[in-house]
Amino acid sequence: MPALPLHTAGPYVAAAYIVFVALIGIYVAIMAAKLSRIERDLGELTELARRTRGGGAERTGDGAAGAARGAEPTRAGASGSAPSLEAEVVRHAVAGGEGP
Amino acid sequence: MSAPGTRAVVAALLRKDLRIELRNFESVPAMALFSVTTFVLFHFGLQRDTLSGDLAAGVLWVTLLFAAVLGINRLFVADAEQGGFDAFLLSPADRGALALAKALALLGYMLVLELVAVPAFALLLLGPPIGQALPGLVLVLVLGDLGVAVIGTLVGALAVRSRARDLLGPLLSLPLLVPVVLGAALATKPLLSTPVGGLPLRWLGTLAAYDLVFALIAFALFDFLLED
Amino acid sequence: MYGKRLRALSLTTIATLTATLALVFFWAPNDADQGFLQKIIYIHVPLAIVTLCGFIVGACCAIAHLRTRDPRWDMRSYVAIHISLVFGVGVLITGSIWAKGSWGHWWVWSEPTLVSFLLVMLLYATYQPLRFAIEDPERQARAASVFAITAGAFVPINFAIVRLSTQYVHPRLGSGSLPGRMEVVFLLAIASIALLWTTLWRYEMTSKHAAAQLRTLARLLGGDEDDVPPRRSAAPSVTHLEGVG
Repeated sequence: MPALPLHTAGPYVAAAYIVFVALIGIYVAIMAAKLSRIERDLGELTELARRTRGGGAERTGDGAAGAARGAEPTRAGASGSAPSLEAEVVRHAVAGGEGP
Repeated sequence: MSAPGTRAVVAALLRKDLRIELRNFESVPAMALFSVTTFVLFHFGLQRDTLSGDLAAGVLWVTLLFAAVLGINRLFVADAEQGGFDAFLLSPADRGALALAKALALLGYMLVLELVAVPAFALLLLGPPIGQALPGLVLVLVLGDLGVAVIGTLVGALAVRSRARDLLGPLLSLPLLVPVVLGAALATKPLLSTPVGGLPLRWLGTLAAYDLVFALIAFALFDFLLED
Repeated sequence: MYGKRLRALSLTTIATLTATLALVFFWAPNDADQGFLQKIIYIHVPLAIVTLCGFIVGACCAIAHLRTRDPRWDMRSYVAIHISLVFGVGVLITGSIWAKGSWGHWWVWSEPTLVSFLLVMLLYATYQPLRFAIEDPERQARAASVFAITAGAFVPINFAIVRLSTQYVHPRLGSGSLPGRMEVVFLLAIASIALLWTTLWRYEMTSKHAAAQLRTLARLLGGDEDDVPPRRSAAPSVTHLEGVG
Protein backbone atom coordinates (compact mmCIF):
# COMPACT_ATOMS: atom_id res chain seq x y z
CA MET A 1 0.00 0.00 0.00
CA PRO A 2 1.53 3.31 -0.99
CA ALA A 3 1.61 6.12 1.54
CA LEU A 4 -0.41 8.62 -0.41
CA PRO A 5 0.72 12.22 -0.06
CA LEU A 6 -1.66 14.56 1.69
CA HIS A 7 -3.07 16.23 -1.37
CA THR A 8 -4.08 12.86 -2.85
CA ALA A 9 -5.32 11.25 0.34
CA GLY A 10 -7.04 14.33 1.64
CA PRO A 11 -10.10 14.15 -0.63
CA TYR A 12 -10.68 10.50 0.29
CA VAL A 13 -10.61 11.16 4.00
CA ALA A 14 -12.80 14.20 3.56
CA ALA A 15 -15.26 12.21 1.44
CA ALA A 16 -15.51 9.51 4.09
CA TYR A 17 -16.31 11.97 6.87
CA ILE A 18 -18.71 13.88 4.65
CA VAL A 19 -20.58 10.64 3.92
CA PHE A 20 -20.90 10.08 7.64
CA VAL A 21 -22.26 13.57 8.25
CA ALA A 22 -24.62 13.27 5.28
CA LEU A 23 -26.08 10.00 6.56
CA ILE A 24 -26.75 11.44 9.97
CA GLY A 25 -28.19 14.55 8.33
CA ILE A 26 -30.56 12.52 6.17
CA TYR A 27 -31.69 10.57 9.18
CA VAL A 28 -32.34 13.75 11.16
CA ALA A 29 -34.29 15.18 8.23
CA ILE A 30 -36.54 12.14 8.04
CA MET A 31 -37.13 12.23 11.76
CA ALA A 32 -37.90 15.95 11.48
CA ALA A 33 -40.60 15.17 8.94
CA LYS A 34 -42.11 12.64 11.33
CA LEU A 35 -41.97 15.13 14.16
CA SER A 36 -43.79 17.79 12.20
CA ARG A 37 -46.44 15.24 11.30
CA ILE A 38 -46.89 14.44 14.98
CA GLU A 39 -47.22 18.14 15.70
CA ARG A 40 -49.81 18.54 12.95
CA ASP A 41 -51.85 15.60 14.21
CA LEU A 42 -51.66 16.96 17.71
CA GLY A 43 -53.00 20.28 16.45
CA GLU A 44 -55.91 18.51 14.78
CA LEU A 45 -56.67 16.65 17.98
CA THR A 46 -56.61 19.90 19.94
CA GLU A 47 -59.13 21.28 17.46
CA LEU A 48 -61.22 18.15 17.87
CA ALA A 49 -61.11 18.47 21.65
CA ARG A 50 -62.16 22.12 21.48
CA ARG A 51 -65.09 21.26 19.22
CA THR A 52 -66.10 18.34 21.37
CA ARG A 53 -66.34 20.37 24.56
CA GLY A 54 -69.11 22.40 22.97
CA GLY A 55 -71.15 19.23 22.23
CA GLY A 56 -73.59 17.22 24.39
CA ALA A 57 -72.89 16.85 28.11
CA GLU A 58 -72.90 13.08 27.91
CA ARG A 59 -70.44 13.04 25.10
CA THR A 60 -68.09 15.50 26.75
CA GLY A 61 -68.51 13.66 30.03
CA ASP A 62 -67.38 10.46 28.41
CA GLY A 63 -64.69 12.34 26.60
CA ALA A 64 -63.50 13.95 29.81
CA ALA A 65 -63.50 10.70 31.72
CA GLY A 66 -61.70 8.94 28.92
CA ALA A 67 -59.28 11.80 28.48
CA ALA A 68 -58.62 11.92 32.22
CA ARG A 69 -57.88 8.21 32.20
CA GLY A 70 -55.63 8.68 29.22
CA ALA A 71 -53.90 11.61 30.89
CA GLU A 72 -52.62 9.63 33.84
CA PRO A 73 -49.81 7.71 32.17
CA THR A 74 -48.82 10.66 29.99
CA ARG A 75 -48.78 13.22 32.78
CA ALA A 76 -46.85 10.82 34.99
CA GLY A 77 -44.24 10.50 32.27
CA ALA A 78 -44.06 14.20 31.36
CA SER A 79 -40.63 15.58 31.93
CA GLY A 80 -38.73 18.82 31.63
CA SER A 81 -39.72 22.32 32.53
CA ALA A 82 -42.15 22.83 29.63
CA PRO A 83 -45.64 21.41 30.27
CA SER A 84 -46.39 18.54 27.93
CA LEU A 85 -48.61 19.48 25.00
CA GLU A 86 -50.74 16.42 25.61
CA ALA A 87 -51.43 17.51 29.17
CA GLU A 88 -52.61 20.85 27.79
CA VAL A 89 -54.97 19.18 25.35
CA VAL A 90 -56.35 16.93 28.02
CA ARG A 91 -56.78 19.79 30.45
CA HIS A 92 -58.84 21.64 27.85
CA ALA A 93 -61.03 18.64 27.33
CA VAL A 94 -61.57 18.18 31.03
CA ALA A 95 -62.24 21.88 31.55
CA GLY A 96 -64.71 21.73 28.67
CA GLY A 97 -66.50 18.81 30.29
CA GLU A 98 -66.78 20.57 33.57
CA GLY A 99 -67.95 23.85 32.04
CA PRO A 100 -71.56 24.97 31.80
CA MET B 1 -55.12 -40.37 24.71
CA SER B 2 -51.44 -39.72 25.24
CA ALA B 3 -49.42 -37.65 22.80
CA PRO B 4 -47.82 -39.79 20.11
CA GLY B 5 -44.06 -40.18 20.29
CA THR B 6 -42.02 -37.61 18.40
CA ARG B 7 -40.44 -40.18 16.16
CA ALA B 8 -43.83 -41.49 15.11
CA VAL B 9 -45.04 -37.97 14.36
CA VAL B 10 -41.97 -37.12 12.31
CA ALA B 11 -42.31 -40.36 10.39
CA ALA B 12 -45.98 -39.72 9.70
CA LEU B 13 -45.38 -36.15 8.54
CA LEU B 14 -42.44 -37.19 6.40
CA ARG B 15 -44.45 -39.97 4.81
CA LYS B 16 -47.21 -37.49 4.03
CA ASP B 17 -44.87 -35.01 2.37
CA LEU B 18 -43.02 -37.64 0.38
CA ARG B 19 -46.26 -39.21 -0.73
CA ILE B 20 -47.56 -35.85 -1.92
CA GLU B 21 -44.32 -35.21 -3.73
CA LEU B 22 -44.37 -38.58 -5.42
CA ARG B 23 -47.94 -38.11 -6.46
CA ASN B 24 -47.63 -34.58 -7.80
CA PHE B 25 -43.98 -34.42 -8.87
CA GLU B 26 -43.79 -30.76 -8.03
CA SER B 27 -40.46 -29.94 -6.50
CA VAL B 28 -37.81 -32.50 -7.31
CA PRO B 29 -38.23 -32.86 -11.09
CA ALA B 30 -38.29 -29.08 -11.40
CA MET B 31 -35.14 -28.78 -9.31
CA ALA B 32 -33.38 -31.43 -11.37
CA LEU B 33 -34.37 -29.95 -14.70
CA PHE B 34 -33.41 -26.50 -13.46
CA SER B 35 -29.94 -27.63 -12.50
CA VAL B 36 -29.25 -29.30 -15.83
CA THR B 37 -30.45 -26.22 -17.69
CA THR B 38 -28.25 -24.08 -15.48
CA PHE B 39 -25.23 -26.16 -16.40
CA VAL B 40 -25.97 -25.45 -20.04
CA LEU B 41 -26.34 -21.78 -19.20
CA PHE B 42 -22.96 -21.79 -17.53
CA HIS B 43 -21.41 -23.39 -20.58
CA PHE B 44 -22.68 -20.56 -22.72
CA GLY B 45 -22.12 -17.86 -20.14
CA LEU B 46 -18.55 -18.84 -19.33
CA GLN B 47 -17.72 -19.95 -22.88
CA ARG B 48 -16.03 -23.05 -21.49
CA ASP B 49 -16.24 -26.69 -22.48
CA THR B 50 -14.75 -28.12 -19.33
CA LEU B 51 -14.24 -26.87 -15.83
CA SER B 52 -11.97 -28.03 -13.08
CA GLY B 53 -10.73 -27.01 -9.68
CA ASP B 54 -12.33 -24.01 -8.01
CA LEU B 55 -14.38 -23.01 -11.04
CA ALA B 56 -15.98 -26.44 -11.21
CA ALA B 57 -16.67 -26.47 -7.49
CA GLY B 58 -18.21 -23.02 -7.65
CA VAL B 59 -20.47 -23.74 -10.62
CA LEU B 60 -21.65 -26.98 -9.08
CA TRP B 61 -22.50 -25.49 -5.72
CA VAL B 62 -24.10 -22.32 -6.97
CA THR B 63 -26.32 -24.38 -9.25
CA LEU B 64 -27.28 -26.72 -6.43
CA LEU B 65 -28.03 -23.71 -4.26
CA PHE B 66 -30.38 -22.07 -6.74
CA ALA B 67 -32.15 -25.37 -7.27
CA ALA B 68 -32.46 -25.67 -3.50
CA VAL B 69 -34.13 -22.26 -3.37
CA LEU B 70 -36.84 -23.61 -5.66
CA GLY B 71 -37.41 -26.42 -3.23
CA ILE B 72 -37.43 -24.12 -0.20
CA ASN B 73 -40.10 -21.97 -1.81
CA ARG B 74 -42.44 -24.91 -2.14
CA LEU B 75 -41.70 -26.57 1.16
CA PHE B 76 -44.47 -25.09 3.24
CA VAL B 77 -46.79 -23.85 0.54
CA ALA B 78 -49.18 -26.79 0.58
CA ASP B 79 -49.52 -26.63 4.35
CA ALA B 80 -50.16 -22.91 4.36
CA GLU B 81 -52.71 -22.96 1.58
CA GLN B 82 -54.70 -25.99 2.61
CA GLY B 83 -54.84 -25.56 6.35
CA GLY B 84 -52.23 -28.11 7.23
CA PHE B 85 -50.73 -25.77 9.82
CA ASP B 86 -53.97 -25.46 11.76
CA ALA B 87 -54.55 -29.18 11.66
CA PHE B 88 -51.08 -29.76 13.01
CA LEU B 89 -51.45 -27.18 15.76
CA LEU B 90 -54.68 -28.78 16.95
CA SER B 91 -52.99 -32.11 17.38
CA PRO B 92 -51.07 -32.87 20.59
CA ALA B 93 -47.88 -33.44 18.68
CA ASP B 94 -44.63 -31.67 19.49
CA ARG B 95 -44.16 -28.74 17.11
CA GLY B 96 -40.48 -29.43 16.63
CA ALA B 97 -41.60 -32.59 14.88
CA LEU B 98 -42.93 -30.54 11.99
CA ALA B 99 -39.62 -28.75 11.67
CA LEU B 100 -37.71 -32.02 11.70
CA ALA B 101 -40.02 -33.63 9.17
CA LYS B 102 -39.76 -30.68 6.79
CA ALA B 103 -36.00 -30.57 7.12
CA LEU B 104 -35.74 -34.28 6.41
CA ALA B 105 -38.02 -33.89 3.40
CA LEU B 106 -35.88 -31.09 2.02
CA LEU B 107 -32.77 -33.15 2.65
CA GLY B 108 -34.36 -35.98 0.72
CA TYR B 109 -35.21 -33.68 -2.19
CA MET B 110 -31.63 -32.42 -2.30
CA LEU B 111 -30.20 -35.93 -2.30
CA VAL B 112 -32.47 -37.01 -5.13
CA LEU B 113 -31.64 -33.82 -6.98
CA GLU B 114 -27.95 -34.60 -6.70
CA LEU B 115 -28.49 -38.08 -8.09
CA VAL B 116 -29.41 -36.28 -11.30
CA ALA B 117 -27.37 -33.11 -11.11
CA VAL B 118 -23.97 -34.51 -10.21
CA PRO B 119 -23.82 -37.07 -13.07
CA ALA B 120 -25.14 -34.35 -15.39
CA PHE B 121 -22.38 -32.07 -14.21
CA ALA B 122 -19.75 -34.78 -14.67
CA LEU B 123 -21.09 -35.38 -18.16
CA LEU B 124 -21.55 -31.82 -19.34
CA LEU B 125 -18.98 -29.66 -17.69
CA LEU B 126 -16.52 -31.49 -15.52
CA GLY B 127 -13.05 -31.94 -16.94
CA PRO B 128 -11.32 -34.42 -14.62
CA PRO B 129 -12.93 -37.84 -14.15
CA ILE B 130 -15.20 -37.96 -11.17
CA GLY B 131 -14.66 -41.55 -10.06
CA GLN B 132 -11.88 -40.95 -7.59
CA ALA B 133 -13.55 -37.90 -6.11
CA LEU B 134 -16.85 -39.59 -5.41
CA PRO B 135 -16.50 -40.75 -1.79
CA GLY B 136 -15.27 -37.35 -0.62
CA LEU B 137 -17.80 -35.61 -2.82
CA VAL B 138 -20.66 -37.56 -1.29
CA LEU B 139 -19.58 -36.47 2.16
CA VAL B 140 -19.41 -32.83 1.18
CA LEU B 141 -22.76 -33.06 -0.54
CA VAL B 142 -24.41 -34.52 2.54
CA LEU B 143 -22.98 -31.84 4.82
CA GLY B 144 -23.97 -29.10 2.42
CA ASP B 145 -27.46 -30.54 2.05
CA LEU B 146 -27.85 -30.58 5.81
CA GLY B 147 -27.11 -26.86 5.86
CA VAL B 148 -29.62 -26.28 3.08
CA ALA B 149 -32.22 -28.36 4.90
CA VAL B 150 -31.83 -26.51 8.20
CA ILE B 151 -31.80 -23.02 6.77
CA GLY B 152 -34.44 -23.86 4.19
CA THR B 153 -36.85 -25.05 6.86
CA LEU B 154 -36.35 -21.94 8.95
CA VAL B 155 -36.65 -19.52 6.06
CA GLY B 156 -39.52 -21.42 4.48
CA ALA B 157 -41.52 -21.18 7.67
CA LEU B 158 -40.68 -17.48 7.99
CA ALA B 159 -41.63 -16.58 4.47
CA VAL B 160 -44.66 -18.76 3.85
CA ARG B 161 -47.15 -16.64 5.75
CA SER B 162 -46.05 -13.43 4.05
CA ARG B 163 -47.48 -11.88 0.96
CA ALA B 164 -44.39 -12.06 -1.22
CA ARG B 165 -43.22 -15.51 -0.24
CA ASP B 166 -41.65 -16.30 -3.62
CA LEU B 167 -39.44 -13.28 -3.34
CA LEU B 168 -38.68 -13.39 0.35
CA GLY B 169 -37.63 -17.03 0.30
CA PRO B 170 -34.59 -16.54 -1.91
CA LEU B 171 -33.75 -13.14 -0.43
CA LEU B 172 -33.65 -14.53 3.08
CA SER B 173 -32.02 -17.84 2.38
CA LEU B 174 -29.22 -16.87 0.03
CA PRO B 175 -27.17 -14.74 2.45
CA LEU B 176 -27.63 -17.36 5.13
CA LEU B 177 -26.46 -20.03 2.71
CA VAL B 178 -23.32 -18.21 1.58
CA PRO B 179 -21.19 -19.83 4.30
CA VAL B 180 -22.53 -23.21 3.18
CA VAL B 181 -21.51 -22.50 -0.40
CA LEU B 182 -18.18 -21.19 0.80
CA GLY B 183 -17.37 -24.21 2.91
CA ALA B 184 -18.71 -26.71 0.40
CA ALA B 185 -16.95 -25.14 -2.58
CA LEU B 186 -13.64 -24.94 -0.75
CA ALA B 187 -14.03 -28.54 0.32
CA THR B 188 -14.98 -29.68 -3.18
CA LYS B 189 -12.27 -27.78 -5.02
CA PRO B 190 -9.36 -30.20 -4.48
CA LEU B 191 -11.65 -33.11 -5.33
CA LEU B 192 -12.38 -31.74 -8.77
CA SER B 193 -8.83 -30.72 -9.61
CA THR B 194 -6.67 -32.66 -11.99
CA PRO B 195 -4.39 -34.32 -9.50
CA VAL B 196 -7.19 -35.21 -7.10
CA GLY B 197 -6.30 -33.62 -3.78
CA GLY B 198 -7.21 -34.71 -0.30
CA LEU B 199 -10.46 -33.74 1.36
CA PRO B 200 -9.78 -30.65 3.46
CA LEU B 201 -11.04 -31.54 6.90
CA ARG B 202 -11.12 -27.95 8.10
CA TRP B 203 -13.91 -27.05 5.69
CA LEU B 204 -15.84 -30.19 6.48
CA GLY B 205 -15.58 -29.24 10.11
CA THR B 206 -16.72 -25.69 9.38
CA LEU B 207 -19.70 -26.96 7.40
CA ALA B 208 -20.65 -29.38 10.13
CA ALA B 209 -20.35 -26.71 12.82
CA TYR B 210 -22.46 -24.27 10.80
CA ASP B 211 -25.11 -26.91 10.25
CA LEU B 212 -25.18 -27.73 13.93
CA VAL B 213 -25.44 -24.13 15.14
CA PHE B 214 -28.28 -23.27 12.84
CA ALA B 215 -30.05 -26.54 13.50
CA LEU B 216 -30.11 -25.61 17.18
CA ILE B 217 -31.31 -22.09 16.41
CA ALA B 218 -34.00 -23.32 14.04
CA PHE B 219 -35.16 -25.88 16.56
CA ALA B 220 -35.37 -23.28 19.32
CA LEU B 221 -37.23 -20.69 17.25
CA PHE B 222 -39.51 -22.83 15.11
CA ASP B 223 -42.33 -22.96 17.64
CA PHE B 224 -42.78 -19.21 17.49
CA LEU B 225 -43.34 -19.32 13.77
CA LEU B 226 -46.19 -21.78 13.85
CA GLU B 227 -48.49 -20.02 16.24
CA ASP B 228 -51.32 -17.92 15.03
CA MET C 1 -40.61 7.37 28.59
CA TYR C 2 -37.81 7.63 26.11
CA GLY C 3 -37.36 11.35 25.76
CA LYS C 4 -36.34 11.95 29.33
CA ARG C 5 -32.62 11.49 29.05
CA LEU C 6 -32.45 12.45 25.42
CA ARG C 7 -31.11 15.95 26.00
CA ALA C 8 -28.24 14.90 28.25
CA LEU C 9 -27.46 12.00 25.96
CA SER C 10 -27.31 14.11 22.83
CA LEU C 11 -25.14 16.75 24.47
CA THR C 12 -22.69 14.10 25.64
CA THR C 13 -22.67 12.61 22.15
CA ILE C 14 -21.92 15.91 20.49
CA ALA C 15 -19.16 16.64 23.00
CA THR C 16 -17.42 13.31 22.49
CA LEU C 17 -17.85 13.39 18.71
CA THR C 18 -16.33 16.86 18.51
CA ALA C 19 -13.49 15.86 20.81
CA THR C 20 -12.85 12.76 18.73
CA LEU C 21 -12.77 14.65 15.46
CA ALA C 22 -10.44 17.23 16.94
CA LEU C 23 -8.08 14.57 18.25
CA VAL C 24 -8.19 12.65 14.97
CA PHE C 25 -7.03 15.57 12.92
CA PHE C 26 -4.85 17.48 15.33
CA TRP C 27 -3.37 14.98 17.78
CA ALA C 28 -3.19 11.49 16.30
CA PRO C 29 0.01 10.90 14.38
CA ASN C 30 0.02 9.92 10.73
CA ASP C 31 0.37 6.25 10.04
CA ALA C 32 3.80 5.23 8.76
CA ASP C 33 2.37 2.97 6.05
CA GLN C 34 -0.72 4.65 4.75
CA GLY C 35 -0.16 8.25 5.74
CA PHE C 36 -3.11 10.53 5.95
CA LEU C 37 -5.47 7.98 4.40
CA GLN C 38 -5.38 5.97 7.56
CA LYS C 39 -7.51 8.60 9.27
CA ILE C 40 -10.53 6.99 7.67
CA ILE C 41 -10.34 4.10 10.09
CA TYR C 42 -11.38 6.40 12.91
CA ILE C 43 -14.79 6.69 11.31
CA HIS C 44 -15.05 3.46 9.34
CA VAL C 45 -14.14 0.89 11.97
CA PRO C 46 -16.07 2.39 14.91
CA LEU C 47 -19.14 2.60 12.68
CA ALA C 48 -18.66 -1.06 11.80
CA ILE C 49 -18.20 -2.19 15.38
CA VAL C 50 -21.21 -0.24 16.59
CA THR C 51 -23.34 -1.48 13.69
CA LEU C 52 -22.58 -5.11 14.48
CA CYS C 53 -23.19 -4.58 18.18
CA GLY C 54 -26.42 -2.86 17.24
CA PHE C 55 -27.55 -5.93 15.33
CA ILE C 56 -26.74 -8.07 18.37
CA VAL C 57 -28.74 -5.67 20.56
CA GLY C 58 -31.61 -6.07 18.13
CA ALA C 59 -31.33 -9.83 18.48
CA CYS C 60 -31.35 -9.61 22.29
CA CYS C 61 -34.44 -7.40 22.23
CA ALA C 62 -36.03 -9.94 19.92
CA ILE C 63 -35.30 -12.72 22.39
CA ALA C 64 -36.93 -10.64 25.11
CA HIS C 65 -39.92 -10.08 22.84
CA LEU C 66 -40.42 -13.77 22.17
CA ARG C 67 -40.17 -14.51 25.86
CA THR C 68 -42.41 -11.80 27.23
CA ARG C 69 -44.72 -11.15 24.25
CA ASP C 70 -44.38 -7.46 25.12
CA PRO C 71 -44.62 -5.41 21.91
CA ARG C 72 -42.31 -2.81 23.38
CA TRP C 73 -39.40 -5.19 22.97
CA ASP C 74 -40.34 -5.68 19.37
CA MET C 75 -40.24 -1.93 18.85
CA ARG C 76 -36.85 -1.72 20.53
CA SER C 77 -35.56 -4.50 18.33
CA TYR C 78 -36.90 -2.84 15.20
CA VAL C 79 -35.36 0.53 16.02
CA ALA C 80 -32.01 -1.05 16.92
CA ILE C 81 -31.86 -2.87 13.61
CA HIS C 82 -33.04 0.19 11.70
CA ILE C 83 -30.34 2.44 13.10
CA SER C 84 -27.71 -0.22 12.59
CA LEU C 85 -28.78 -0.51 8.96
CA VAL C 86 -28.25 3.23 8.48
CA PHE C 87 -24.82 3.05 10.10
CA GLY C 88 -24.04 -0.06 8.04
CA VAL C 89 -24.59 1.82 4.80
CA GLY C 90 -22.04 4.30 6.09
CA VAL C 91 -19.62 1.47 6.81
CA LEU C 92 -19.87 0.13 3.28
CA ILE C 93 -19.44 3.53 1.67
CA THR C 94 -16.51 4.61 3.85
CA GLY C 95 -14.97 1.16 3.41
CA SER C 96 -15.25 1.50 -0.33
CA ILE C 97 -13.62 4.93 -0.21
CA TRP C 98 -10.83 3.49 1.88
CA ALA C 99 -10.37 0.60 -0.57
CA LYS C 100 -10.19 3.02 -3.47
CA GLY C 101 -7.54 5.02 -1.71
CA SER C 102 -5.53 2.01 -0.58
CA TRP C 103 -5.87 -0.49 -3.39
CA GLY C 104 -7.09 1.63 -6.23
CA HIS C 105 -10.40 -0.24 -6.58
CA TRP C 106 -13.78 0.70 -5.17
CA TRP C 107 -14.27 -2.86 -3.97
CA VAL C 108 -11.76 -5.53 -2.96
CA TRP C 109 -12.57 -9.13 -2.10
CA SER C 110 -9.34 -9.50 -0.18
CA GLU C 111 -10.58 -7.53 2.79
CA PRO C 112 -12.52 -10.23 4.68
CA THR C 113 -14.12 -7.87 7.15
CA LEU C 114 -15.62 -5.74 4.42
CA VAL C 115 -16.86 -8.82 2.57
CA SER C 116 -18.45 -10.24 5.70
CA PHE C 117 -20.03 -6.90 6.32
CA LEU C 118 -21.55 -6.82 2.85
CA LEU C 119 -23.05 -10.23 3.48
CA VAL C 120 -24.53 -9.17 6.80
CA MET C 121 -26.04 -6.06 5.22
CA LEU C 122 -27.53 -8.13 2.39
CA LEU C 123 -29.21 -10.26 5.00
CA TYR C 124 -30.53 -7.41 7.12
CA ALA C 125 -31.74 -5.59 4.03
CA THR C 126 -34.50 -8.20 3.93
CA TYR C 127 -35.71 -7.31 7.44
CA GLN C 128 -38.02 -4.48 6.45
CA PRO C 129 -39.43 -6.23 3.35
CA LEU C 130 -40.17 -9.21 5.58
CA ARG C 131 -42.06 -7.06 8.08
CA PHE C 132 -43.87 -5.22 5.33
CA ALA C 133 -45.02 -8.47 3.76
CA ILE C 134 -46.77 -9.81 6.86
CA GLU C 135 -49.92 -7.91 7.66
CA ASP C 136 -51.07 -9.31 10.97
CA PRO C 137 -49.14 -7.25 13.55
CA GLU C 138 -48.55 -10.02 16.05
CA ARG C 139 -47.41 -12.48 13.46
CA GLN C 140 -45.26 -9.79 11.89
CA ALA C 141 -43.59 -9.07 15.22
CA ARG C 142 -42.96 -12.74 15.89
CA ALA C 143 -41.54 -13.42 12.43
CA ALA C 144 -39.35 -10.33 12.72
CA SER C 145 -38.04 -11.48 16.09
CA VAL C 146 -37.21 -14.94 14.77
CA PHE C 147 -35.40 -13.29 11.89
CA ALA C 148 -33.53 -10.88 14.15
CA ILE C 149 -32.29 -13.73 16.33
CA THR C 150 -31.23 -15.86 13.37
CA ALA C 151 -29.48 -12.95 11.70
CA GLY C 152 -27.87 -11.96 15.00
CA ALA C 153 -26.40 -15.43 15.33
CA PHE C 154 -25.28 -15.24 11.72
CA VAL C 155 -23.16 -12.12 12.31
CA PRO C 156 -20.29 -13.57 14.34
CA ILE C 157 -20.36 -16.92 12.57
CA ASN C 158 -20.19 -15.28 9.19
CA PHE C 159 -17.22 -13.12 10.17
CA ALA C 160 -15.33 -16.14 11.45
CA ILE C 161 -15.97 -18.21 8.35
CA VAL C 162 -15.11 -15.51 5.82
CA ARG C 163 -11.93 -14.65 7.70
CA LEU C 164 -10.99 -18.34 7.67
CA SER C 165 -11.35 -18.46 3.93
CA THR C 166 -9.19 -15.46 3.11
CA GLN C 167 -6.53 -15.87 5.74
CA TYR C 168 -3.99 -17.45 3.50
CA VAL C 169 -4.75 -15.36 0.46
CA HIS C 170 -3.94 -11.81 1.47
CA PRO C 171 -2.62 -10.17 4.57
CA ARG C 172 -5.27 -8.26 6.45
CA LEU C 173 -5.35 -4.56 5.95
CA GLY C 174 -5.94 -3.65 9.54
CA SER C 175 -3.78 -6.21 11.25
CA GLY C 176 -1.81 -5.48 14.37
CA SER C 177 -2.58 -3.17 17.21
CA LEU C 178 -2.39 0.58 17.07
CA PRO C 179 0.43 2.46 18.74
CA GLY C 180 -0.29 4.60 21.81
CA ARG C 181 -1.92 7.84 20.70
CA MET C 182 -3.80 6.23 17.85
CA GLU C 183 -5.28 3.66 20.16
CA VAL C 184 -6.60 6.32 22.50
CA VAL C 185 -8.27 8.21 19.70
CA PHE C 186 -9.60 4.96 18.28
CA LEU C 187 -11.23 3.96 21.54
CA LEU C 188 -12.66 7.43 21.93
CA ALA C 189 -14.05 7.20 18.40
CA ILE C 190 -15.77 3.91 19.24
CA ALA C 191 -17.23 5.44 22.37
CA SER C 192 -18.57 8.48 20.52
CA ILE C 193 -20.14 6.44 17.72
CA ALA C 194 -21.69 4.14 20.30
CA LEU C 195 -23.12 7.19 22.05
CA LEU C 196 -24.41 8.46 18.72
CA TRP C 197 -26.13 5.13 18.09
CA THR C 198 -27.74 5.23 21.52
CA THR C 199 -28.88 8.82 21.05
CA LEU C 200 -30.45 8.07 17.68
CA TRP C 201 -32.04 4.95 19.12
CA ARG C 202 -33.68 6.94 21.89
CA TYR C 203 -34.60 9.65 19.41
CA GLU C 204 -36.48 7.21 17.21
CA MET C 205 -38.07 5.40 20.15
CA THR C 206 -39.31 8.73 21.48
CA SER C 207 -40.77 9.64 18.13
CA LYS C 208 -42.54 6.31 17.75
CA HIS C 209 -43.77 6.43 21.32
CA ALA C 210 -45.16 9.93 20.82
CA ALA C 211 -46.96 8.77 17.70
CA ALA C 212 -48.45 5.89 19.67
CA GLN C 213 -49.69 8.16 22.42
CA LEU C 214 -51.14 10.43 19.79
CA ARG C 215 -53.17 7.58 18.41
CA THR C 216 -54.40 6.73 21.88
CA LEU C 217 -55.43 10.33 22.39
CA ALA C 218 -57.16 10.39 19.02
CA ARG C 219 -59.12 7.32 19.93
CA LEU C 220 -60.09 8.61 23.36
CA LEU C 221 -61.16 12.02 22.14
CA GLY C 222 -62.70 11.09 18.86
CA GLY C 223 -64.55 7.96 19.89
CA ASP C 224 -64.65 5.36 17.17
CA GLU C 225 -63.89 7.65 14.26
CA ASP C 226 -60.48 6.94 12.89
CA ASP C 227 -59.67 10.18 11.18
CA VAL C 228 -56.10 9.14 10.42
CA PRO C 229 -56.09 5.59 9.03
CA PRO C 230 -52.67 4.07 9.62
CA ARG C 231 -50.52 3.58 6.54
CA ARG C 232 -49.12 0.15 6.10
CA SER C 233 -45.43 0.29 6.95
CA ALA C 234 -42.55 -1.91 7.79
CA ALA C 235 -42.40 -0.51 11.31
CA PRO C 236 -44.12 -2.33 14.15
CA SER C 237 -47.74 -1.38 14.66
CA VAL C 238 -47.77 1.67 16.89
CA THR C 239 -51.21 0.89 18.24
CA HIS C 240 -49.69 -1.82 20.32
CA LEU C 241 -47.85 0.72 22.42
CA GLU C 242 -51.01 2.41 23.67
CA GLY C 243 -51.19 3.10 27.35
CA VAL C 244 -47.50 2.46 27.76
CA GLY C 245 -45.79 5.00 29.98
